[in-house]
Amino acid sequence: MTIAQPAVPVDLAQPGPVSLILRYLRRNKSLAIGLAILFVLIAFTLIGMLLVDPKGAYPLAAATKKPPSLKYPFGTDFFGRNLLVAMVVGMWQTALIGLIAGGLGTLIGVVLGFVSAYFGGWIDTIIKGVCQILTPIPVLLIQVVVAGSLDKRDVTILTMALIVVMLAWMGPTLVVRSQVLTMKERQFVSVAKLSGVSDLGIIFKEILPNLLPFIAAAFVGQVFAAVFASFYLAVLGLGPLREPLLGNIIWSAQGQGAFFNGWWWWPIAPSIAMILILGSLALINMGLDELANPRVRRTE
Amino acid sequence: MMTALDSGLRPTPPRPVPPVLEVRNLEVTYYTDLGRAKALDDVSFTLHAGEKLGMVGESGSGKSTLALAMMRMIKPPGRIEGGAVIVGGEDLQALDEDGMRHARLSRIAYIPQGAMNSLNPVTRIGAQMVDAIRAHSPRESRSAVEDRCRAALRSVDLSPDVFRMYAHELSGGMKQRVCIAIGILLSPAVIIADEPTSALDVITQRQVMETIDKVKDEINAAVILIGHDMGLMAQFVDKVGVMYAGRLVEISPVRAMFKTPLHPYSEALISSLPNLDNKGVFQGIPGLAPSLLRLPSGCAFHPRCQRAKAECSAVRPAVRTLESGRVVTCHLVDREP
Amino acid sequence: MSLKLVIRRLLFLILVIWSASTITFFIPRLSPRNAIRERFAELARSGGFSPGDLEKIIASYSQQFGLDKPLLQQYWDFLGSVLRLDFGYSLNKYPSTMLDLIMQSIPWTLTLLIVTTILSFLIGNLLGAIAAWPRAPRWARMVATPFVLLMGVPPVLMGVLLLFFLGFRLQWFPLGGAYSIGVVPNWSWGFAFDVLRHQVLPALALILGSVGGWVLSMRGMGVTIQGEDYVNFAEHKGLGGITIFRDYYLRNALLPQVTGFALALGTVVTSAIVVEGTFGLPGIGTTLNNAIRANDFPVIYGIVLFITIAVATLMVLMEFIYPLLDPRIRQN
Repeated sequence: MTIAQPAVPVDLAQPGPVSLILRYLRRNKSLAIGLAILFVLIAFTLIGMLLVDPKGAYPLAAATKKPPSLKYPFGTDFFGRNLLVAMVVGMWQTALIGLIAGGLGTLIGVVLGFVSAYFGGWIDTIIKGVCQILTPIPVLLIQVVVAGSLDKRDVTILTMALIVVMLAWMGPTLVVRSQVLTMKERQFVSVAKLSGVSDLGIIFKEILPNLLPFIAAAFVGQVFAAVFASFYLAVLGLGPLREPLLGNIIWSAQGQGAFFNGWWWWPIAPSIAMILILGSLALINMGLDELANPRVRRTE
Repeated sequence: MMTALDSGLRPTPPRPVPPVLEVRNLEVTYYTDLGRAKALDDVSFTLHAGEKLGMVGESGSGKSTLALAMMRMIKPPGRIEGGAVIVGGEDLQALDEDGMRHARLSRIAYIPQGAMNSLNPVTRIGAQMVDAIRAHSPRESRSAVEDRCRAALRSVDLSPDVFRMYAHELSGGMKQRVCIAIGILLSPAVIIADEPTSALDVITQRQVMETIDKVKDEINAAVILIGHDMGLMAQFVDKVGVMYAGRLVEISPVRAMFKTPLHPYSEALISSLPNLDNKGVFQGIPGLAPSLLRLPSGCAFHPRCQRAKAECSAVRPAVRTLESGRVVTCHLVDREP
Repeated sequence: MSLKLVIRRLLFLILVIWSASTITFFIPRLSPRNAIRERFAELARSGGFSPGDLEKIIASYSQQFGLDKPLLQQYWDFLGSVLRLDFGYSLNKYPSTMLDLIMQSIPWTLTLLIVTTILSFLIGNLLGAIAAWPRAPRWARMVATPFVLLMGVPPVLMGVLLLFFLGFRLQWFPLGGAYSIGVVPNWSWGFAFDVLRHQVLPALALILGSVGGWVLSMRGMGVTIQGEDYVNFAEHKGLGGITIFRDYYLRNALLPQVTGFALALGTVVTSAIVVEGTFGLPGIGTTLNNAIRANDFPVIYGIVLFITIAVATLMVLMEFIYPLLDPRIRQN
């Protein structure tokens, strides 16, 4: 005999996916703000790429050392770059590095993590061991060695991305590995195995779909790390020096003593752009964490 | 049907001494997203010095909430809506925050399920005893404080060396004893032990209960034991209180409770115990514990009660105190059995 | 901690140092660049010696640096010199050795690093702990929020902003360097104050940039710890709020943060190095910056290897400190 509980009538109309997402974003503020900033940045870059002539981002394209004005909203630098155009091109290039390096890093991480966790044995020992040994080594410094060893002419946006990826796949590898390990123990995988589904079938049909949220979070984290690393390399003067990459502009401004000489706008424009990029990615990352790990929410 | 033994051991008519604890109309509500849940509804009882009361009920029946409410440790979204907890003539609910802080442990002590995680893992047992005394009498000398701690450890049959040990070096039973030792440090008038024996093996359970018995006699405290193990309770308490859906449905002397339970829910609880007649065949209570968010009308137990009348689902039964002092909340019972 | 574990960690450390050395040895040698030729070709272009001399000079330098030996021999010698902490000579400032350059600049870097790291660890963890403590007053819990927002800002950019607002606009602090131009270093209070003034902005940049990370991880930890039974029992014992916060909540929540500290060392050090470069402080960062500008490869590789070894060693050492803080680990 159980208590007859009156069924609660569901009289609410089922909300559409868009309004569901909006409703969720209202609760998850960091995700909402991060996405909003990112959206503005993307709009700025895309509209800018359509409207401006990218030539303005390179030396001798404009008058030198002009403070912000109507003609040059962000001013111009010592080498005669129009900083507004430089921002547009710089952000475009930053996005390229972030997406290429973030995508490749995540891909390598997912594959290695899968292989390591799913097959185990000596493969797992090797992959895990390499990750553990590389973890205490400050990645940026090794990237400095790599970037420094390249011929200056070989340093392009693409090589920057590749340098960044080279030592940045360990994080996603370890994350995916531990997730697959726990998932392997779950019921549905054993059931699939018993019913004779092949290894690849299990990976693609059973495990991968359940991993997607973690892969998404790892991807955003990788993009953040890649933008960060390429920025640091550029600030150290190891970037493609001709390109208006945001870090390069700050590096050359510091090299020319911009503040000592009163050209304050020169390092400020790329700094703010970079802060917005990294800030929005960090907020999105935090928001995704909250999505995956609801316990953090309790203190809000 | 009271036996001569019962009445001889525990004369229930009011004693000349006033009770050391009086809980009066205590009410607690949890304000959740899904609605209001009345976790404690109009609970009243009294207890004399040296008496032991066992509180039983299914999980969610409000027995732990009662303990927390008496300590004034209900955390938001829960709130104590009203009532009084009178210890030694003073209402604890009326104290200010700091007054209540001082009353904890010194007048009313709470002993948690110590076997699990109730001791700080990174400081020594001694430090956790010393800080408890220091919080109430900061001027007492260091050596006097330590002597008291060692004495408390001895009275729960632990070696004084435990003072210098860490929680992870102790067994579950030893940790529970440490918690009891902390509980009696300041000789409180009332001790509440919240499931003190869960997660312990049967032999240790017994030892812990005996320890509680012993220290209770030493400081002549009133003890409230909270638990769901009716069998263990039967051997150690004087009175049993039965809670259901936040309400106290019956309080009876332990023998009377087991012989002639008044409330149908008490009866169900007792008959679900394994005994020689049913040869250990477990008989559960039919039905599910109700959700506090949507309590049945009238008597909260009526949907599961096999003897329910029309009245039971319509009118909430009043708390009735019978001549013998037994308390029951049921339409079906209006006189002594 | 058992002897076996100690030996295992030390073996791990050796493996890390060997990997880092191998990477820094082979990567430059895989590249088609000839550092010495580039360096002297540059000098030759600016006049000074004839192209004929150039080949001779390059040959003698190559011999000096052992570049004429077989690769495996070079690798073997290199590993040996790493063990002796001998990172070779600077091309640019020959015959200064790498170790000389590092020793000259390391006091600056170490001071900045130790002060800022300790401050941001303490501030961040305290604010994070308060932010997660439900009994803390509301205003105190909000103090942490701005730091969390600043977390996305790398210390270098924080440095640029601070330079702009506090240095350039308000002129409260100098715009760079270790001490004012024209001042001769000496042991006086005036000079000490001048040095201190130059350190404020870089230190602030590093602290502001890293406090948020600690706040965030500590807040997550604090949420877990405050639900623990022992924190509840402490309140049942009638302890004061401050005692519970300090002895029961903070102490337990801090333990995992010490592990986090070890993991963050690499990031902390690289941030400090980049910030130093931006502010022109005479530390390792500026030495590295100058070496990059001057294509002084031995210095670049030497610094990288030195820092890598230092960070990895510190990380392993931290693991030996952890049992001292947590009695549970001390036992096993």
